[in-house]
Amino acid sequence: MYYIGLVIEYLKNYLKTRLTYRADFWVEVISDLLMQASNLIFIFVVFGHTNSLGGWSEAEVIFVYGFFMIPFGLFTCFVNLWNFSDRYIVKGEMDRILTRPAYNLFQIFLENIDPPGLIGSLIGVVIMIASGSQLGLELVWWHFPIMILFAISATLIYAGIYIALTSLSFYSDSPTGILPLLYNIQNYGRYPVTIYNRTIQFLLTWIIPFAFVGIYPASLFLGRTEMFHMAWLTPVMAIIFATIGLTSWNIGVKKYRGAGS
Amino acid sequence: MLSAYTDFIRIRFLTMLAYRVNYYSGILIYMLNIGVYYFTWQAIYGDRGEIGGFTASQMTTYIAVSWMARAFYFNNLDREIATDIRDGSIAVQFIRPYNYVLVKMMQGFGEGLFRFTLFMIPGMLLALILFPVRLPSDPIAWIGFLVMLFFSFLINSQLNILTGLMAFFVENNDGIMRMKRVIVDLFSGLVIPISLFPGWLSSIMQWLPFQAITYLPGSVFTGRTTGTGILDVFAIQVAWFVILLIPIFFMWRAARKRLFVQGG
Repeated sequence: MYYIGLVIEYLKNYLKTRLTYRADFWVEVISDLLMQASNLIFIFVVFGHTNSLGGWSEAEVIFVYGFFMIPFGLFTCFVNLWNFSDRYIVKGEMDRILTRPAYNLFQIFLENIDPPGLIGSLIGVVIMIASGSQLGLELVWWHFPIMILFAISATLIYAGIYIALTSLSFYSDSPTGILPLLYNIQNYGRYPVTIYNRTIQFLLTWIIPFAFVGIYPASLFLGRTEMFHMAWLTPVMAIIFATIGLTSWNIGVKKYRGAGS
Repeated sequence: MLSAYTDFIRIRFLTMLAYRVNYYSGILIYMLNIGVYYFTWQAIYGDRGEIGGFTASQMTTYIAVSWMARAFYFNNLDREIATDIRDGSIAVQFIRPYNYVLVKMMQGFGEGLFRFTLFMIPGMLLALILFPVRLPSDPIAWIGFLVMLFFSFLINSQLNILTGLMAFFVENNDGIMRMKRVIVDLFSGLVIPISLFPGWLSSIMQWLPFQAITYLPGSVFTGRTTGTGILDVFAIQVAWFVILLIPIFFMWRAARKRLFVQGG
């Protein structure tokens, strides 16, 4: 209850700051949309030169992309850790967080909440409906609760990976972190992973499991039976990676000594 | 005076050296990038000989050299400038006896030197082992490529400086910076070579500066552009370098008049 109250207060605060800089808000929304559009352009160009990518049609790949946008939108909205090292470690704001009673990671999420990210999720749904009807997909009633479960699981996997990597900044205060380097890699789970060689498949499935954010869970709704067993693993992976993320975060916080002065 | 500027190159190089461990993981991540695109294009080529004027083998070389070039020319000047403007430390920069934009360029070059020697070269060697990359045999192609690579850095840094300076005009330019990053990766030909885009789109992109960053040097390295053709594509790069100086000059002038430091 206390935490729900906090969410409301932070959202109010967010709205106040956002309404001050209204133009920025729209720049951000448009830039997010352009980013998604550029990814779609890649898919369109590729399918301008071929009919199938490892046995997957254009509509199927676009459907996977639409599904991916839902957890990605949730992730951008609620788990915004891009500036963590700079803002909280180097500039010392972590000290302020730690003196407060609410759970520290929760506070950081709330301070950086980014609701425009959810627009991406909505567009993802639209893309799924459009490509799904083009494919003539027949979804049954239980697909919908499963879709919500998978979307939340995928968000948790995403969050787990980023939280674990961000917690590395408790050990080194280097400003040039590893996160920006991952920026491109998060896209690769959206394409049929079977086109990659074993090493990359293994990496995207078990080590940095971005395949569980895109192709695996979406395969269930597309009726790609060869990946069903992976699809059902999505919630399991979510529990594992969320645990890894939170554990490494908590260990990191315990290690944290402040950046001095 | 000049030595003051060269000192900025040296200091940034040494700073980067302190964080070199990050770049070892960076090399592995770039290998993953190259690997993913390598296998994706393999799947697209199937048994077809040529797409958009690229043979499958040229495509492999193109992907590897484009990503490794990015390892060199990439920098965060936009973010650095935006941070300076937002936290007000730009005010101190104004009173110092040097040109701020030029200093940023020098720092970017210091970072570039570091990235070239400790990121791009080892990365390229690793890529040679892991993927069937074919190095050019013509020395002219090597010289042409290296000169053009330097201009890739200049043009990319100019775009970064322009994006960073926008923080003078909007309070929060995070969105613009993200947008620039995506546009540069896509329109420079990093993820898709320009000649593979549909006709209307590739003809638009030929009139934009982005292709000068990745696509043009890449086509020299893969041997798609040879002989005097190298001079032609190099001329495009030089032209863009000169053209981009103009908006930087005017933006910087307008920015100095606009500056107000919040709080402080």
